[in-house]
Amino acid sequence: MAAADTISAPQHYLQSLGRWSAAEIAFWLATLLPFFLFPNYLSLASQIAITALFALSLDLILGYAGVVSLGHAAFFGIGAYSAGLFSKFVWGEPFSGLLVAALLAGIAGYATSFIICRFRHLTLIMLTLGLGLLAFEVANSAHWLTGGSDGLQGIRIWPLFGVFKFDLYGYTAYSYSLAVLFLIFLGMRRLVNSPFGLALRGIRENLVRMPAIGAASRAHIRKAYTIAAIVAGIAGALLTQTTESAALESISFQRSADVLVMLVLGGAGRLYGGLIGTIIFMIARDQFSGIAPQYWYFWIGILLIAVVMLLPNGILGGLSKILAQRRRK
Amino acid sequence: MLPSVFGVLFDGFAYGMLLFVLSIGLSVTLGLMNFVNLAHCAFAMLGGYLTVTLVNDFHWPFFATLPLAFIAAAVASIALERVFYRRLYRASDLDQVLLTIGIAFVSVAIAAYLFGTAQQPIQTPPLLRGAIDFFGLNLGRYRLFLIGIALIVTILLVLGIEYTRFGAQVRAAVDNQRMAGGLGINVERTFAITFALGSGLAGLGGALAIEIVGLDPNFSFIYLVYVLIIVSVGGLGSIAGSFAAAILIGVSDIAGKYYFPELGAFLIYLVMVLILMWRPAGLFGRR
Repeated sequence: MAAADTISAPQHYLQSLGRWSAAEIAFWLATLLPFFLFPNYLSLASQIAITALFALSLDLILGYAGVVSLGHAAFFGIGAYSAGLFSKFVWGEPFSGLLVAALLAGIAGYATSFIICRFRHLTLIMLTLGLGLLAFEVANSAHWLTGGSDGLQGIRIWPLFGVFKFDLYGYTAYSYSLAVLFLIFLGMRRLVNSPFGLALRGIRENLVRMPAIGAASRAHIRKAYTIAAIVAGIAGALLTQTTESAALESISFQRSADVLVMLVLGGAGRLYGGLIGTIIFMIARDQFSGIAPQYWYFWIGILLIAVVMLLPNGILGGLSKILAQRRRK
Repeated sequence: MLPSVFGVLFDGFAYGMLLFVLSIGLSVTLGLMNFVNLAHCAFAMLGGYLTVTLVNDFHWPFFATLPLAFIAAAVASIALERVFYRRLYRASDLDQVLLTIGIAFVSVAIAAYLFGTAQQPIQTPPLLRGAIDFFGLNLGRYRLFLIGIALIVTILLVLGIEYTRFGAQVRAAVDNQRMAGGLGINVERTFAITFALGSGLAGLGGALAIEIVGLDPNFSFIYLVYVLIIVSVGGLGSIAGSFAAAILIGVSDIAGKYYFPELGAFLIYLVMVLILMWRPAGLFGRR
């Protein structure tokens, strides 16, 4: 009896991690609110859902596996451009475009993961930065294919299921982006609460000890990096399809830096960190869009300094700390 | 018509010397504390704007502003080190990256607020204008001046590190921080002084850079990439490595811009990625 308990204890632990809490259900119900409360802001809501998906993908490698990447926008951009080119040269059906984008971003991610998994610290940061900048330069100089700084022209996306058109109001865009976000979130949630997710956290906490206890750390990092690239590619494809445009901005360093800020603001290493951070960041940026962008970065800078100095685990980390203290009293 | 190979080499060498002055401080502090300081070029920008203001608004001679650019950047770095950096020496890479990116963002915004987003004009003294004809080669006077300053800085650095007591402490701390501490070297103080000197050199580099590459609020980020490339390619804490890497990157950047302008900055990023994959610790790195 006792032996059976010890065997099933890890399974119970993993199951308890995967249980849905009331707050989570409330969060996902709240994502439906924009349809009723802010119908004029649905295109913003769609952008937020897409960026949240991007932040989620960064969270898998940065928050869980501890692989700091300053070039994650490369995969977002690959997804964005391949979805755009697919609609231009093959056909405009959105789901197949999404799959193609995921496949290409995944191939790029898998290829680069062999480089990524071998390095750590400053070398890793510089390599991800360098690969991201290389991707940007390729997109910029391949003018005949991507349109360079003019953006990709001639993207035509067919209606969803042949019925729902992507219009200016963003009903279809938000429904589509939210549905994809939710489905991928479910997969990601399953992934991080699995033994594989635990192994990733182990790599983050102690890179040297994991191989010592027999874990194939490099293979794990490669797998996580490829999955993150696929999800980032899907996010990029969503952006192209819902806005019917693909621009250099989607593959720029700025996008890599922004998503990092969002993730850290919300709390890296938590599934909801990227989502909450994205919502706060994007709404704030929308509200302050009247002021010049260079002043907006003043506040982002202050915010970053404040998060690092005062809230090392982001907003969610701070909240859970307060809750834990409450419970102890 | 394409410029001669020697012309490109000369321009690239001068540019590399500029990058060396900008990056050497970061290389030494990174080697010393493993602190990833992405705000390094913000100090360079401070030096640049100080020089522009003094020359254009207060009519100071250009040469007199250079020491002030050094001092101002050093003082600013001491203040930031005391308030922020000191608390994060043992924090993760990510926290250091975020803090210093935040500082760089703030510096960009402040520069845009105070000076606008346009390029800053600067009037160099007549002595540094024009070019010298040297066996048929056209050598820009300002570039010669730049090379001279960089060589003086290099010689002073090498002498300082090799032959002074403080230099020995710095070397000991780079090699083995714990052991150095155990031998009674105050590593934190050593680091603070090195950090201030390195940032001061960045400030000087910023002031020297205006004539060559211009100055606008995005300086903090554009040259950050170059500086990081040089530091990681050259190897942390290695003066010779940074010197070689700066020349390599300077020449390949200028050559790329002359001969393959359609490639943009592609070439130097490729050089960096390949060198890092070949030797992760940089050309001259030991770890």
